Amino acid sequence: MNFLAITLALPLIGFFCLLLLPRHSKISAIALAATVLTFLASWGLIAPVRSSTAQFTSSINSLWIYSPGFQVHFHLGIDGINLWLILLTTLLAPIAVWISRSMITERQRNFLALLLLFEFGLIGVFSALDLFAFYVFWEIALVPMYLMVGFWGGQRRGHAAVKFFVYTMAGSVMMLGSIIYLHSQTGTFDYVEILNGIASGRVMLSSHQQLLLFLGFFAAFAVKVPIFPLHTWLPNTYAEAPMPATFLLAAAMSKMGAYGLIRYCLPLFPAAAQRCAGWIAVLAIIGILYGALLALIQPNIKRLIAFSSLSHLGFVVLGIFTFSQQGADGAVYQMIAHGISTGALFLIAGYLEQRRGSLEIADLGGIATPAPGLATAFLIALLASIGLPSLCNFIGEYLILQGAALTKFSWAAWAALGVILSAAYMLWMYQRTFWGKSSDQKHVIPDLTFRDWVPLLPLIVLMVWLGSYTQSFMPPISAATARILDQTSMSNEYRVDLILPGTTEFPR
Amino acid sequence: MPHASDYIRFLPEIVLTVFGVVVMMLEAITSERQKASLGVLSLLGMAIAFAANIYAQTLPGQAFRGMIAVDGYGTFFRGLVLVVGFLCILMSFSYLERERAQAGEYYALILFSVVGQCVLATANDLMMVFIGIEISSIATYILAGFFRDDQRNNESALKYFLLGSFATAFLLYGIAWIYGLVGSTNLDEIRRGLASQSVSPILVGLAAGLMFVGFGFKVSVAPFQVWAPDVYQGAAAPVSAFMSAGPKAAAFAVFFRVFVTSFGPLNGRWMYVVWTCALFTMIIGNFAALLQSNVKRLLGYSSIAHAGYVLIAFTAHSQIGIAAAMFYLASYALMNIGAFAVVSHVAARHEKYVRIEDLSGLSRREPVTAALLSIFVFSLIGVPLTGGFFAKLYVFQAALNSHLVWLTVLGLINSAIAAYYYLKIVVAIYMREPGAAVAELPPPSFGERAAIWASALGVLFLGIFPSALLSFATVSSAAFR
Repeated sequence: MNFLAITLALPLIGFFCLLLLPRHSKISAIALAATVLTFLASWGLIAPVRSSTAQFTSSINSLWIYSPGFQVHFHLGIDGINLWLILLTTLLAPIAVWISRSMITERQRNFLALLLLFEFGLIGVFSALDLFAFYVFWEIALVPMYLMVGFWGGQRRGHAAVKFFVYTMAGSVMMLGSIIYLHSQTGTFDYVEILNGIASGRVMLSSHQQLLLFLGFFAAFAVKVPIFPLHTWLPNTYAEAPMPATFLLAAAMSKMGAYGLIRYCLPLFPAAAQRCAGWIAVLAIIGILYGALLALIQPNIKRLIAFSSLSHLGFVVLGIFTFSQQGADGAVYQMIAHGISTGALFLIAGYLEQRRGSLEIADLGGIATPAPGLATAFLIALLASIGLPSLCNFIGEYLILQGAALTKFSWAAWAALGVILSAAYMLWMYQRTFWGKSSDQKHVIPDLTFRDWVPLLPLIVLMVWLGSYTQSFMPPISAATARILDQTSMSNEYRVDLILPGTTEFPR
Repeated sequence: MPHASDYIRFLPEIVLTVFGVVVMMLEAITSERQKASLGVLSLLGMAIAFAANIYAQTLPGQAFRGMIAVDGYGTFFRGLVLVVGFLCILMSFSYLERERAQAGEYYALILFSVVGQCVLATANDLMMVFIGIEISSIATYILAGFFRDDQRNNESALKYFLLGSFATAFLLYGIAWIYGLVGSTNLDEIRRGLASQSVSPILVGLAAGLMFVGFGFKVSVAPFQVWAPDVYQGAAAPVSAFMSAGPKAAAFAVFFRVFVTSFGPLNGRWMYVVWTCALFTMIIGNFAALLQSNVKRLLGYSSIAHAGYVLIAFTAHSQIGIAAAMFYLASYALMNIGAFAVVSHVAARHEKYVRIEDLSGLSRREPVTAALLSIFVFSLIGVPLTGGFFAKLYVFQAALNSHLVWLTVLGLINSAIAAYYYLKIVVAIYMREPGAAVAELPPPSFGERAAIWASALGVLFLGIFPSALLSFATVSSAAFR
């Protein structure tokens, strides 16, 4: 039984069910069932990755489009990098459905249908092993998000949605150009075949070609992450999107770009990646500091978390372009951790917005007194986000900084400033919002109900689990990143055995 | 004495002509209330002609002493223009009803125009090219000005007619030169003649240039595109849909056939011209479309931009390039007709509502129509799982295989810019509150609904399972030279 096929099919089935079912059926229950079943099915992906030594497990490979001289395979597979990203996606989707039930009041059916389509696209993006299929899923994920922001968003939703779409599209078409060019050079869209071709020397790309192709892919991924200076769509989109969409944007969709970098940019164009690494690392560090500084002065919690997200994603990019085992492991780990901590932050901010009707820091204050549960949950997520040891972000950021220090010490020094700043802006915001005197005495702020805790608890458990017992997650990640660094082939001189237990052996 | 197989190869044209004449004659004796049945008869004619087209393909070869050539390429385009005609008639019923202008000659004119386009698709002789262009154009000129009390219809028809005849004159002049140089109007003869005889390359170049101008007008290639937005804006919406899909595809078909078959050996000379034209066609179409507020005009400029993408495939001058152009024109025809069908549905009497903001809030009143329109728009942008995406991909693939890296990059940038103006439509239908146009919108009629659904399913089918059509296009372009 191929669990990947089930994981991929369930959201799509749910999407069609929602579209076709008659009015007045229990739509949110169906959406919830579809996403929860998807999550359960995705558990089946773990065992094969752990037990098998093959590069990709749970593979699906069938011929999709064929004409003389032009073949596209529908090729998907799972390894240690995308395994956890898919599980993250399938975990976040039911949470998003759950909170949509109360946060989305208008046209709920359409919203949930788009959400399921988005989940389908995202799972496809993470599991695709064929460049054509990858691009198709990449755009499938874009369109529903565009519509969710544009239809259910805030005041300036149309503007934000178009900006988001056009920015992403401009990056994507560059990637499309690179994919087609790669096809004309290699004769195939299949990622594994191209890698084998490169390894065996059958596929030879000159450094000039590599650079152009690399930049094409990089353009798409850099917009999606986003990497400074291509981030200008981010604050608008995050702020205007309805809360469940912001939640998915920040927690799941932002991983698409970083995943693309590590999956495609590094092994396919190693020479170009090495050549650009310095520049990209500098951009990543600028992003870390710039995001943190802007977060410091934001008057709105949603925008503040958006900029902090920009800052944290800079770490991921930095980790990838250190070409070290620690850096790459940390980057992947940070992707998961960031998804969970930022997701939780946006989730609680959503609760706050529901109760208080505003997320302007000036309007808030003294919330901890009437709503201690809300305040505690927010504090945990916040501490995880700023990288408190034993919570999730710490592991990723630590490994990235270590990897950066091994490659170039000044990178680590500058990036570490971002960690300090993150503590500053987060704690300052917490102080102004939850402590002190309430600015509005008239309204009573109800504490979190059981219904609100349900989606929050798994996230909090995961924050602690990811932060304190890396053994459960790290071995498959290291195995896969080691392979990618091998393919990037410059990795050897940087590779230093990890101190973490259980990760000292790298299967080749 | 023509052989029976000649008639079989010419069967679709014969069927269409018979139906056109019958519809014209029945028009005189049909009462006002039953005029719509003539439209149904025309649909039947189209369907039979389509079957005849498939039957003719079982007997490929030349007919009437090389005047026409039935091959995969010709069959493909004949089928395409028949489908276009069919869908346009489907969406015309309620439009004519609304304008209280239900008339048999409208349907007959579409049939005759399609006859001309079928002739163009299979023409293998410059005389047939000219005859086909004239049959197709004259019928279309009248269609453009069909509502003769409407000022914009008149403007549209006059503009189309004057510029179109001017272009045809250029074409005819080019044909005359070629005949003077080679002594034949048969495409294969011309190719042989140009290869064997010592003809002055300058004179051949001039003749080819004159013909390029003629074809360029018909397919709205820069710098000959000026008429297109005005004409599409002025003509009735179903007619604009028809003009932007059928005659354009047929003109492209014959354009490629003439240039690849007859002037193929001179490819090195005209390639730079086509390269430049492709680039400027895309740029002018896309940048002008950015500023439009009228949907029909926007789609008019977008059709110019799409002609630019087809020209990229042509510039590649390869088998895969021809196949890409064929696929592109097919999926473009479907998505454009679908978009125009929705516009025609919303437009109301006398096309009162054809601005982008008139589409505001369509999703609240008619969620299904809105969803299908957004499929067409996403296909025009080139989002995966729609025919538009695969068509673009294949065009750029062809270009890169022929090492046209810069043209590909510029084309890709253009298609990202295009996303901006297409999204204005999606923003209007999903992100704005309903306006007057949507508030008084009646539900779509059966014909409109059928045309919209058929186009949408076609667009999705071409996007998800392109193999069948693509294989056919690739195989037939292989036999083509």
